[in-house]
Amino acid sequence: MEKDTPINELLQKPIVAINIGVQDFAEALQDQGVRVVNVTWSPPAGGDAEMLAILEKLL
Amino acid sequence: MTISIKEKIEAANAEAFNRINAAEPVLVDIVPAGDVVPGLEDRMVLHAGPPVDWKHMSGAQQGAVMAMAMFEGWADSHGQAGQLLDRGEIKLDSNHHHHAVGPMAGTITRSLPVYVVENRTFGNRAYCRLVEDRQQFGDYSQDAIAELYNWRDAWAPALALGVRHMEGLALKPIIAKALQMGDELHNRPNAASAIFAGAMAAPMIGAGVGKDDLTSTLNYMTGHDLLFLGLSMACAKSAADAACGIEYSTVVTAMARNGKEFGIQVSGLDGQWFTAPAPEVDGLYLPGYGEGDAGLDMGDSAITETVGWGGFILAGAPSILNLVGGTPEEALAYSREMREITVGLSPDYLIPALGFQGTAVGIDIRKVVQTGILPIIDTAMAHKDPGHPIIGAGLVRAPMECFHQALRSFAARYATE
Repeated sequence: MEKDTPINELLQKPIVAINIGVQDFAEALQDQGVRVVNVTWSPPAGGDAEMLAILEKLL
Repeated sequence: MTISIKEKIEAANAEAFNRINAAEPVLVDIVPAGDVVPGLEDRMVLHAGPPVDWKHMSGAQQGAVMAMAMFEGWADSHGQAGQLLDRGEIKLDSNHHHHAVGPMAGTITRSLPVYVVENRTFGNRAYCRLVEDRQQFGDYSQDAIAELYNWRDAWAPALALGVRHMEGLALKPIIAKALQMGDELHNRPNAASAIFAGAMAAPMIGAGVGKDDLTSTLNYMTGHDLLFLGLSMACAKSAADAACGIEYSTVVTAMARNGKEFGIQVSGLDGQWFTAPAPEVDGLYLPGYGEGDAGLDMGDSAITETVGWGGFILAGAPSILNLVGGTPEEALAYSREMREITVGLSPDYLIPALGFQGTAVGIDIRKVVQTGILPIIDTAMAHKDPGHPIIGAGLVRAPMECFHQALRSFAARYATE
């Protein structure tokens, strides 16, 4: 085993992950027995540049 | 000091929000549509959703229009009705162009009695037809049309006598109470229907309604869970219409579908429709029907969601999930989600399941586009072809394209500074 770096020390303890956005990532961790808090998030206006430009003026 | 466009929009949306909340809907009469609905001509059928011509109309809506031609005596059969429509001898127009709304196909003609709801705060009136489970879904059979005859000849006149006897019935208290009893006023108006039936019984007797019509009408009312939907739609329309035409407002004042297109209207863009293909409904089917049978989303009943009821308050009406599908947890999530795209919460219409917080009111097209959260609607389902009754119910989301179009038009009109 590699030497005890901070990241290795962290990974040897039970992990609680916070996933932001794509839910598949949260489910992949859950399938491996990891506790996950999922935060629903998507880019504003779905990343649509035209809509973002309008919203910049109006909202 | 210069007021920015963002400040103008916020002020305009606050005004739209306040007008919707301030509505005081009162049922003042039930009379043939031709007597009260502005611009409803002879040989004209009003229909749900944005305008559509006969050739492009959905199968279920075509079936319902043919049924109305038979109901009015313009044709003896649906085949003959279809020929009249093919030749352009019957005019068609959107209910919303006449301050009217109708469930599913939404068809209204001059002889069909409509609920007349007056918004006492602003003085405007809105109209809605009866709710049933056959003709409005496109069924043109004699049995389907017979219910319209009963409505025209017995039930509506008896109810009208009762309404006039009590000089109008205030509907806001009934709605507020029904929301405490597990209603969402779209596909689950059971409590409101029962309260309304109770409120009408004594006035009909007091008005001297004859025994046969009284018995028939009481049986109709007490056996009809969806009775109040026609009233909640008229109430919602009377509230939404009061919020139309406010310069700079980005609040949605109508959502309606004709089985081909889903359309929205926006306060600051008064009179314009922003449309996209109607979505498929995700739902549950009645025995004998399945996914291949369903038409696309249809009906003016999304006017209830427009003012914050229906799908927006599923959290308070978990019993409806038996009909439309989903879990109580999902219903709570939907109702919380709708707060993200609205101006604020109703001070009067409160939901026990949400800690007695108000319904989410005033859909803001900017917030819909920014968040990607689309208004959720619970709805019944019609067949894709003419000639069928109700086939199921489910949930559907408004299409994003409508909101993109509306936002583009809004920016073209107002963001020129």
